[in-house]
Amino acid sequence: MSGIIKYFADILHGLKTLWAGMRITGKYFVSPGEIVTEQYPEIRHKKQIVSDRFKGEVIMPHDENNQHNCTGCGVCELNCPNGSIEIITKRIPDENGKMVRVIDKHIYHLSMCTFCGLCIKVCPTQALAWGQEFEHAVYDRTKLTKVLNKPGSSYKGLSSKKKEAKS
Amino acid sequence: MSEVIKNYIVRENEDYIVNMGPQHPSTHGVLRLELVLSGETVKQVVPHIGYIHRGIEKMCEYDTYKQIVHLTDRMDYLSAHINNEAVCLLVENALEIEVPERVKYIRVVLDELTRIASHQLWWSAYGMDLGALTAFFYGMRDREKILDIFEESFGSRLLHSFNTPGGLMHDVHPNFQKHAMEFVKYFRKKLPEYKQLLTDNVIFRNRTQGIGVMSRETAIAYGVTGPSGRGSGFSCDVRKIAPYGVYDQLEFEQILYEQGDSFARYMVRMKEMEQSLNIIEQAVDKITDGPFTAKVKPIIKLPEGEYYQRVETARGELGVYVVSDGKKFPYRVRFRSPNFSNLFVLNTIARGHLIADLVAISGSLDLVIPDIDR
Repeated sequence: MSGIIKYFADILHGLKTLWAGMRITGKYFVSPGEIVTEQYPEIRHKKQIVSDRFKGEVIMPHDENNQHNCTGCGVCELNCPNGSIEIITKRIPDENGKMVRVIDKHIYHLSMCTFCGLCIKVCPTQALAWGQEFEHAVYDRTKLTKVLNKPGSSYKGLSSKKKEAKS
Repeated sequence: MSEVIKNYIVRENEDYIVNMGPQHPSTHGVLRLELVLSGETVKQVVPHIGYIHRGIEKMCEYDTYKQIVHLTDRMDYLSAHINNEAVCLLVENALEIEVPERVKYIRVVLDELTRIASHQLWWSAYGMDLGALTAFFYGMRDREKILDIFEESFGSRLLHSFNTPGGLMHDVHPNFQKHAMEFVKYFRKKLPEYKQLLTDNVIFRNRTQGIGVMSRETAIAYGVTGPSGRGSGFSCDVRKIAPYGVYDQLEFEQILYEQGDSFARYMVRMKEMEQSLNIIEQAVDKITDGPFTAKVKPIIKLPEGEYYQRVETARGELGVYVVSDGKKFPYRVRFRSPNFSNLFVLNTIARGHLIADLVAISGSLDLVIPDIDR
């Protein structure tokens, strides 16, 4: 007899716990104010979906005169743990005809980058920064190798030296 | 040792051998379990590892101490911040660098947030392993709140190489303390839902209670640490027995359960989340203004010798062992990862259970495969 009572008590207990769980899902089903899912491609242009500090990729900010802060010293290349950065420098004459070493190409392999942030932290002139672009999918992996300094750009410090020399 | 050997039986001809994995949803990574079956009963479990071996320990020998930090993210990716801290603490202790108070408390808050996020993901996935898909959505919903705090402060959600020897990479976001407290309040309200959805569910209880019983002796013999070991009554919380950082100044309990079954291991993690909330509440108030890093030389060279540092990750005790010959690269680095020890107890505790129970047992051990292979 006690076996039968236990059998039905177990069924009742099971139904009770199932009801407790179902009540929570039911509660969220009828309260649309608590919906947390978002439709991804649609919200992309409506609001900022990543924070300002988001580590999307390494970029080199340029000002309106197409000038950057990179001296081509190569500290970022030295500190990168997996060889994502290659620095190619060249020698050009400055105003006084003196040969100076400037950056030719700052090559950044996004496919190898682990986003540790050491290059940005060690840069003595703050030439590098994080970009917030996060949709990096491409069909060809060679497209993930980027040249960070824009064509025709120059080092900011060099022109200020030139201006000082002019004035 | 004899106990370990006698668990591996000689196979008979009528035994049925099945590979579970390397691509099995319940192993959460590439792990192959070779099962020796008799009918549906598991007679033996032989784990085959190495599918995701990347040679992190060898790579560390060619990296400076600052560069090693980002590699430790990739071991136990769910407690990335705590792994980073292990290497940083080792270097700081070796060079006797005095870390600012602000950094110590920020690290504690981040450690505990990481621990909660890791347990939330485990809770979601454990429910899913046992056929309760609803749990997955609720766990992920609350984990998203923590990931938002991480993203706001250090720009990445999972692998944030935020610690650096001497302090932090950069300062936390000004809203960090506010948002951490908001999360504590939010999650306190949501924890009862976890209880109603899964803990009290009669199907879940029947599938976990009394399944995969691990005695305290077995836990100690295999070196099972973390919540899995504490579910068997093995007092192994590094935060209590060898406090690092400021854990000795904070009040929290070490959760111990004596039963040693899958449900006990489950309950340890659920209670640990509450303890972590308490720690965050205490530590957030003590974050003072100040510098976010101590002064460290650009190239760190450890004095000749051997160093060891252990921390409590979300899965157990992580040990970092470094041999230095005085150069800027370490001579040898070795990680004592918690999941490696936790995995190999599977054969002992899963024997005699059904295959479906094996999923429940391996889920309750909370394995992260990249941490096993390194």
